Amino acid sequence: MRIAIASGKGGTGKTTLATNLAFVASKEARRVVYADCDVEEPNGHLFLRPEILETHPVTVPVPRVDELQCIRCGDCVDICQFNALALAGKKILVFPELCHGCGGCVLVCPNFAIEEVPREIGVVETGRAGDVLFVQGRLNVGEAMAPPAIRTVKAAIPPADLVLFDAPPGTACPAMESVRGCDFVILVTEPTPFGLNDLKLAVAAVDALELPHGVVINRAGAEEGEVEHWCACNDIPILARIPDDRRVAVAYSRGQMAAEALPEYFEHFSNLLTRILDEVARLRACRTGRRVTA
Amino acid sequence: MKELVVISGKGGTGKTSIVASFAALAGRAVLADCDVDAADLHLVLAPEVRRRESFSGGQRARIVAERCTLCGRCKMLCRFDAISLVETGDGGSAYFIDPYACEGCGVCAHECMKRAIEFGPVETGEWFVSETRHGPMVHAQLGIAAENSGKLVTVVRNEARKIAQNRGRSLLIVDGPPGIGCPVIASITGSTHVLAVTEPTVSGEHDVERVLELAAHFHVPVSVCVNKWDINPEMTERIEQRAREKGAEPIGRIRYDSAVTAAQMKGVSAVEYDDSPAAQDVRKGWERLCDRIS
Repeated sequence: MRIAIASGKGGTGKTTLATNLAFVASKEARRVVYADCDVEEPNGHLFLRPEILETHPVTVPVPRVDELQCIRCGDCVDICQFNALALAGKKILVFPELCHGCGGCVLVCPNFAIEEVPREIGVVETGRAGDVLFVQGRLNVGEAMAPPAIRTVKAAIPPADLVLFDAPPGTACPAMESVRGCDFVILVTEPTPFGLNDLKLAVAAVDALELPHGVVINRAGAEEGEVEHWCACNDIPILARIPDDRRVAVAYSRGQMAAEALPEYFEHFSNLLTRILDEVARLRACRTGRRVTA
Repeated sequence: MKELVVISGKGGTGKTSIVASFAALAGRAVLADCDVDAADLHLVLAPEVRRRESFSGGQRARIVAERCTLCGRCKMLCRFDAISLVETGDGGSAYFIDPYACEGCGVCAHECMKRAIEFGPVETGEWFVSETRHGPMVHAQLGIAAENSGKLVTVVRNEARKIAQNRGRSLLIVDGPPGIGCPVIASITGSTHVLAVTEPTVSGEHDVERVLELAAHFHVPVSVCVNKWDINPEMTERIEQRAREKGAEPIGRIRYDSAVTAAQMKGVSAVEYDDSPAAQDVRKGWERLCDRIS
């Protein structure tokens, strides 16, 4: 079972939810993996405090031009959609940080003057946090492209009963790369206008990818509001409402998981995990062709 | 013209709320929302759209089934796993390019022997020039699960700069995206000043460190502001100390205050809503920031 924890808006509680669920699942004798796909700002390690056992580089293949073989025809420059190659006078210039690693330049070079060399853009680390198997990606500062690092995280995941993907915020390529191929997406939001606006965007994105999903409302107040109303109108299940509790915020600020620091939250997250797994089973049984209105 | 970019690394630290207050305090600034995949500033500034332009961030490939001979070369060459062989309704099969996985490199189209792949620009978003009660604003909406948010950020920034020049405005305030990747790099390169907004949590501390490194990498002077500082005073102290060591200037702290959310619910900025403790703190921070920028 592969579950992604995502959100349109940042800071809604993705990492809080993902780490707590991983923690309670591991205590229930499940073989669980926590995978941090927020490679720009990975935070799960601050709460799970894993022992890192292996580190692998994340590389993208970039072109290297052999000047002796190059006939300056410019074919490589023409095929590159990302402006990573340019013909300047009598020399082909390579801008590795713009290269997406598609391999087009190598294919079109008539004189076999281009080879690909790996360029490191970050690392993937694997280890253990108690009984939780831990994987995280970390993009080097100054690097623009998160998706290759996310793909490397996904490739490093060991076999497990449950994999929890902690996704980056937003609806652009890094978030989509993280949720692609998952069985279910939990969208975390907060009961504010910003939270609702970004939830709508996130729902549209996971709908486009045809991924089943449900909503968790974090820092929920006593009364139901706009978010609940919108979810009800669009037939989106609300999996849980995590109460606005200062003790959770304080525990979080110190790097503690609520399920670890506050006994009643262990039960809360354990119930939530059961609810999610039931919901996934139900949705798998009946995939509906629902459309969402704005 | 000065350009102030507000970023945070971690999402949900209060960037947009602070930018909205700054817009009100500045009075005659030009505003730009560069969080193009989860934009929220419009929820507070209520822009009236005056101009609307479509954005094409790149190209997409599409297979023309009638010309395809099912040779499979495109699938073999695609580095992004975007091409798959799918069953068609009549019991046959066809190659299909997943538009959300396609990176737009054009290799498949170039290499198809039968010219059965069309490759052309697609609309991947929209951008707007608007008027708000605090001045002109440029904002955008990236298409669902679209690529190239960095390019759209550049379009938004360039347009906002143009407006500032044409109207003789001396300040541009940019609401930046979370993270440290492509859209963030596109938001800060060549700007006058970066304000990093963080919170006193282990995540906030970890993420602001990477943001400070990023700003240093691109040689942009940076100030730091700890939002909700009273949640964890010791950590606030530590973050500010670390910021000084990294050459960043703390320009003030903002107290945790439910008036900020209340203002958001009413669709106004904190400083317009009332004279709450948070609003007072934002005013003070703004004054210090103005001294630093000018």
